[in-house]
Amino acid sequence: MSILGTRVVRTEDPVFLTRGATYTDDLTDERLTGALHVTLVRSPLAHATINSIDVEEARNAPGVVAVFTGADCDIAPALLFPAANKQMVRPFLATDRVRYVGEAVAAVLTEEAYQGEDAADLVDVDYEPLDAVVDMKEALKDEVLLFPEAGTNSVTAMHLNKDEPGDDFFADCEVVVSREIVNQRVAAAPLETRAASAYWGEDGRCTIFCSTQNAQSARDEVAGWLGMDAKDLRLILPDVGGGFGAKIGADPEFALVAWLSKKVGRPVRWNESRSENMTGMVQGRGQLQTITIGGDRDGTVKAYRLDVVADAGAYPRLGVALPMFTRMMAPGTYDIPKVWSTAKVVATNTTSTAAYRGAGRPEATQAIERAMDLFADEIGMDPAELRKKNVIKPEQFPFTTKGGAEYDTGEYAKAIDLACKAANYEGLRAEQARRRERGDALQLGIGVSSYVEITGGGAFVENATVQVHPDGTVTVLTGTSPHGQGHATAWAMLASEELGIPVEKITVKHGDTDLIPTGAGTMGSRSLQTGGVAVHNAAVELVELAKQRAADVLEASVDDLELDKATGSIVVKGAPGAKSVSLADLAGTEELKVFHEWDAKKPTFPFGAHVAVVEVDVESGKATVERIWAVDDAGPILNPLIFDGQRHGGIAQGIAQAMLEEVVFDSEGQPLTATFADYGIPSAAELPSFDLVTMETPTTINSMGYKGVGEAGTIGSCPAVHNAVIDAVSHLGVRHIDMPLTPVRVWTAIHEAQKESAK
Amino acid sequence: MKVEITVNGEHTSHDVEPRTLLAHYLRENLGLKATNIGCDTTSCGACTVLVDGEAVKSCTVLAVQADQQSVTTMEGLDGAAQGELGHPVTKAFRQEHGLQCGFCTPGMVMAAVSLIEENPDLTEKDVREGLEGNLCRCTGYHNIVRAVLVAAGKDPDAAQAAEAVSDERTMAPGFSTGKGDQ
Repeated sequence: MSILGTRVVRTEDPVFLTRGATYTDDLTDERLTGALHVTLVRSPLAHATINSIDVEEARNAPGVVAVFTGADCDIAPALLFPAANKQMVRPFLATDRVRYVGEAVAAVLTEEAYQGEDAADLVDVDYEPLDAVVDMKEALKDEVLLFPEAGTNSVTAMHLNKDEPGDDFFADCEVVVSREIVNQRVAAAPLETRAASAYWGEDGRCTIFCSTQNAQSARDEVAGWLGMDAKDLRLILPDVGGGFGAKIGADPEFALVAWLSKKVGRPVRWNESRSENMTGMVQGRGQLQTITIGGDRDGTVKAYRLDVVADAGAYPRLGVALPMFTRMMAPGTYDIPKVWSTAKVVATNTTSTAAYRGAGRPEATQAIERAMDLFADEIGMDPAELRKKNVIKPEQFPFTTKGGAEYDTGEYAKAIDLACKAANYEGLRAEQARRRERGDALQLGIGVSSYVEITGGGAFVENATVQVHPDGTVTVLTGTSPHGQGHATAWAMLASEELGIPVEKITVKHGDTDLIPTGAGTMGSRSLQTGGVAVHNAAVELVELAKQRAADVLEASVDDLELDKATGSIVVKGAPGAKSVSLADLAGTEELKVFHEWDAKKPTFPFGAHVAVVEVDVESGKATVERIWAVDDAGPILNPLIFDGQRHGGIAQGIAQAMLEEVVFDSEGQPLTATFADYGIPSAAELPSFDLVTMETPTTINSMGYKGVGEAGTIGSCPAVHNAVIDAVSHLGVRHIDMPLTPVRVWTAIHEAQKESAK
Repeated sequence: MKVEITVNGEHTSHDVEPRTLLAHYLRENLGLKATNIGCDTTSCGACTVLVDGEAVKSCTVLAVQADQQSVTTMEGLDGAAQGELGHPVTKAFRQEHGLQCGFCTPGMVMAAVSLIEENPDLTEKDVREGLEGNLCRCTGYHNIVRAVLVAAGKDPDAAQAAEAVSDERTMAPGFSTGKGDQ
């Protein structure tokens, strides 16, 4: 029986559930013996010039070994995203100006961590406050400039269009609906904050232990910033306590930590606090969107336009690129004849933005799924029916969209039907009608989302090494970089399936750039369809290699040989009892090891549909998510336990954005959500259990049919819940409420709609 | 100041600064690194340990406050010293996939141990409200709730099915309702 598709409990768990995982701050590695603690002094102002920094008192504080400021730091300010305005470089310690609350201005190195907290308070920075610009529209006016030398807050020209469509874009539409919506900024908030430790060996090489989603590209980034040859740098990833996109690549602090270690000639360690994390770690989303949708009263959608303004924060990073995915995925699951999109990216005096679970695609889905509901409302059509009428049909695949994406496979209407059937959609609508009829305080809202996303879109190439050892154990090296996704188990299953060696004997290693010099890490739901397939391919090749070697031993033709998966031995086909040789024995004679690089060449397009049910107390505005049914189709399921776990986590984060979470800055750029006491991460008490419906449509892009599932739940659940809350109060005249759908927002929307209708 | 704390059944004693947090005492003085610190505000619960059997957040307790008391961390649960899942809660967390990145796990496990101890007859609602002080960013809690139900000897499918059709509202005590600990 194949192990693929079965519920294998994770091999990681026994350690995680006994002595606990080993995160960067847990390391007791002897190379870090005597490490100094780095405490960063961070700007309390969003925009200011620095007149002077007095570190004398801090230098004399107990336990302080050194204090460094921007004046001491000779790492050249870096452009953190290549396509950004070349003037928008970030210093590693601020020199003359700070541009967001939390920017590092000095580093204090102490023997003990507590001493660092004390001494950091003694660093006296004389700031001259400047006007801050936080609002994206204000920033676009270029009145307050973050980088006066750039002459603009506009970050990039990468999203510019050649030609705008004419005024007749919606001319053939009977109905056109347009409005501005906000896809608010949120924090990834992995429970493990950022951390890095560094030491320099006598050979002049630097080793950095750090928390990231991709060791190899982080190594290259840090090497670039430090002006080092990448071969002189080694990154080692201990266990990583969640990333959700915000730990993609290196943070400037990693390079700073390495620089500080060299400067003082001792190992150093840095582990940020949560409030540092909530201002210093990149944040996600942050788009102002204008959606315009047009079509006919029979429900035919004919034209759709999406205009995006994206917030880059103070120092442009990966967030600059994400509107590319938003624009590419703008039409969603629909066959819309005319689609147009634009994007601007603007710098503001806030924390930098980058990827967060979905990274550009949830923003596209939210926009088109709100647009579909607005259109359905306008023409009085059921939103599920409207969606099914306009989705791309199965026979149209592969389908090249007006956004420029080539969708591989999909059955979008079927996904909507499955979700609606599981939810008893008709029954829910009937209950909703009864409550409306009665005028209940608790109104029911039903939200539907149909989504398609792109996975494995960032990096197509991944590698794997599979080696069988003479003792019968196996080592798998992967360029992916799990931080909760269970690759140790999943990749072992893939190898086990081909090698006939049980999962318990297979060790998966990742995240050491000396051991695995190339690889693209884990992001964009890419791992299985790239790294997993590479493991599969490597294992297949290893069996072929073993057969060639066994041919000599068994004195048989390679074509007559096969692997007996029950025993992990090469045997002669159809000759039970004949001579055989195990993979382990072959490994004892000569190294049995295969390196395989797999180039997927293309991304895949997972899809699905969610139905959410909410109750809204129309008297208080309080909305509660009651149920959510999710169809998330990412091709064949390798391990349902892990697959569903990814969906659960994704669904929760989507609900969280819809209902609770928002990073808020005041008009002066002060963060109002810089702790977990202020930022609304949901607890178990704010969420229901989730109803998952299985659907498996393979991709044609790889031999295994795998697509990615890591971000699917977030992309599907957020618009479904958003639509559901608005649906609950749409009979009161409410057409839209921006997320997060807090009681005060819902209450206000109801009352404004009532005022409007009373006019 | 000298503190004497029994940790996972063993007597420990160290001279510490009065401001030393219990979480740091466990991690730095004793080298017990399972207990994690995820926030500065007693919000996330990653640092949850048992002090004399009661779940507390060790990042907001001073080591001196635990003087002469008994502390249990995840490393002290049955089988943990041998690297084995000998406790019903840790067993169930693995079986139900109640952990992904593992950072919240030691605190979540200890909160669950305490919750089951306090109320052996748990419903899904009880579990959700009982774990309100422990945040997880990976699992969406779905499988954590199942794991705790399993560890409490309940059928998680039946419990979730009952909760799904229940009209009773789930509310985080003292959080969602704003009514305090009633």
